[in-house]
Amino acid sequence: MAMLLLLAIPLAGALFLGLTGNRRWAPEGNALISAATLVAAIWLTGSVDAKGTVFFLGGQFFVDSFSVFLVALTALIGFTTALFSRSYMRVEVQHARIGGGRMRLYLGLYQLFIFTMLLALTSNNLGILWVAMEGATLATVLLVSLYHTAAGIEAAWKYFILCGVGIALALFGTVLMYFAASKLLGSQGTNALLWTQLEQVRGQLDARVLSLAFVFLLVGYGTKVGLAPLHNWLPDAHAEGPAPVSAVLSGLLLNVALYAVVRCKVLVAGAAHSALAGNLMMGFGLLTMTLAAFLLWRQKDIKRLFAYSSVEHMGIATFAFGMGGPVANFAALLHMTVHSLTKSSLFFTAGEAAQKTGTQLMEKIRSLLTLSPSTGWALMLGTLAILGMPPFGVFTSEFLILITAVRDHPWSTPFLLLALAVAFSAIFFRVQAMVFGESPPSQLSPRSSLVPTFVHLGLVLMLGVYIPLHLAQWYNAAAQLLG
Amino acid sequence: MTNLPLELINTCAALLLLLSFAMLSQRRVLTQVDLYAAQGLVLGVSILITAWNTHQPHLYYSAGLTLLLKVLVLPFILHRLIRRLDAIWETETLLNMPSVLLIGLLLVMFAFVLAQPISELATTLTRGTLGIALAVVMLAFLMMITRRKAVTQVVGFLAMENGLLFAAASTTYGMPMVVELGVGLDVLVGMFILGIFLFHIREQFESLDLSHLESLKED
Repeated sequence: MAMLLLLAIPLAGALFLGLTGNRRWAPEGNALISAATLVAAIWLTGSVDAKGTVFFLGGQFFVDSFSVFLVALTALIGFTTALFSRSYMRVEVQHARIGGGRMRLYLGLYQLFIFTMLLALTSNNLGILWVAMEGATLATVLLVSLYHTAAGIEAAWKYFILCGVGIALALFGTVLMYFAASKLLGSQGTNALLWTQLEQVRGQLDARVLSLAFVFLLVGYGTKVGLAPLHNWLPDAHAEGPAPVSAVLSGLLLNVALYAVVRCKVLVAGAAHSALAGNLMMGFGLLTMTLAAFLLWRQKDIKRLFAYSSVEHMGIATFAFGMGGPVANFAALLHMTVHSLTKSSLFFTAGEAAQKTGTQLMEKIRSLLTLSPSTGWALMLGTLAILGMPPFGVFTSEFLILITAVRDHPWSTPFLLLALAVAFSAIFFRVQAMVFGESPPSQLSPRSSLVPTFVHLGLVLMLGVYIPLHLAQWYNAAAQLLG
Repeated sequence: MTNLPLELINTCAALLLLLSFAMLSQRRVLTQVDLYAAQGLVLGVSILITAWNTHQPHLYYSAGLTLLLKVLVLPFILHRLIRRLDAIWETETLLNMPSVLLIGLLLVMFAFVLAQPISELATTLTRGTLGIALAVVMLAFLMMITRRKAVTQVVGFLAMENGLLFAAASTTYGMPMVVELGVGLDVLVGMFILGIFLFHIREQFESLDLSHLESLKED
């Protein structure tokens, strides 16, 4: 029941807002629908907590300890972003950057996007997972070009084509997976693509076919995670869309794509009896984080800066999942959680800062602290959190990943340390200049709505100091499951 | 059982590959759409033959869906789009056609090498055609890389999906019905969004040439 509500509310909300999104109360309606989704997610979380893995519709949908916290996180960030976009999008309408019709498009697609991600997370069928991932691209591509600027259209086109090609490779991987499975489970009916079925027989699946399938799946879904060398779409799409869209792209879509990769990795690692899948993920992860850290230096746009930081953090998480083992998996799951919370809050703040100063160029954003103390502090604290300063949660996860790497794969330690240090110096001094730097004061100063930002940062701080028992149990159970 | 159906399917596969090469070397945008429709027709027919030969009911639906979507609906939408965009006579200059075709040839060989071990494991009647399916995917990919017109990239994208569908049909007699429906839905929705996009690109840059879309670079 909770599962049905979880999927039905955003879908119905998308239809409803697609029809009525230009009304004056529509942004509040959007927040209300997201709140209802969050309630359904909490209900579902409760029943998973009580009964363990929950199945729905004869096993076609399921939520286990790996997906449960992602479902909760998606619903939570979906809700806070809806709250944030309520005021943010109103200001955009006042500045005449978008009209009523595009507001309707925005709200309808926003709910559709949340629906596709929840579908991807709860689907047991690898084919439906693919369909939902592609649906998430389709839902967001028009959001990226919402402003109809030349750069926005270019970014959206690039996003569409690159992710389309990537996702096509993932479909081929899925076909290969189905091929290997149908020999064991039979091709009649639809059970041969159910993840829980595949997981039971994973030891008997053909290793060669699955290894080949994983290469396609990793490159395919990896495009959406933002893994190098197919990460090009990510900074453009994040920089050109509205801030709430950047926040959900970075905070949620990347996570769901990584979730898909990890689900496939579990099957392949079980079948291949070798470290191939893990090694591939470690290699791509290291390459991605190092490349992104150096590219951070060349950024001039505040949202591009944080977009590259997302690429870097996704690289770290991919690397950690690649290492495997209880500690690294635990750390990677924690990292996904805290990165989502921190990065979406940073995109909220970056959006606010851009609205207040009228530019996204970092060299023109100065003295945020005097312009608006809450924005300045939010940006500074968020930056410290994302750079892995204690006592924030990112420090905990990065520390765990680092010590596991030192213990199991010492050769990778220099790369990790180098990437972290380069990223630190690239981001910190720029943000410092933006927050504390001197400049003539500007007159633009719309009302702040940074409650969601501080809620996120508070949660990240809490996860750095204290991880609730239930969450730790899920992380542990999921880490066991992922092997 | 005679080998006639197998022969027919192999002929279809060969035709698919030929059509892919034809697309790769075609300059006129409108002809590209017709070639895409032809590819859809061949694909649909080959799935129909497989269905008739293996008595798999869900393959009939799959074939019907393919014929409806890829021979009628999508080409119709593309034709209308091209007409509305006044792009009927649009052609593009193709640089280095011999070398592109040569790369295409190498890709076909690579696809066959890659498909070899999997075809050996497959038990389906049509397993030999997996190499061709993979080659169709790669040729479509090559087309997307080498072309500068928005419509051609869209056609390349759709041709890639054709190849994937053919791969699924040849290794496993098609994916489960619910997945195929989902994929079909995604392609259709994607087509609509791309259509909207073409208008935006046109409005913004007054041309459908993608060389205008190169301002977002790291500098």
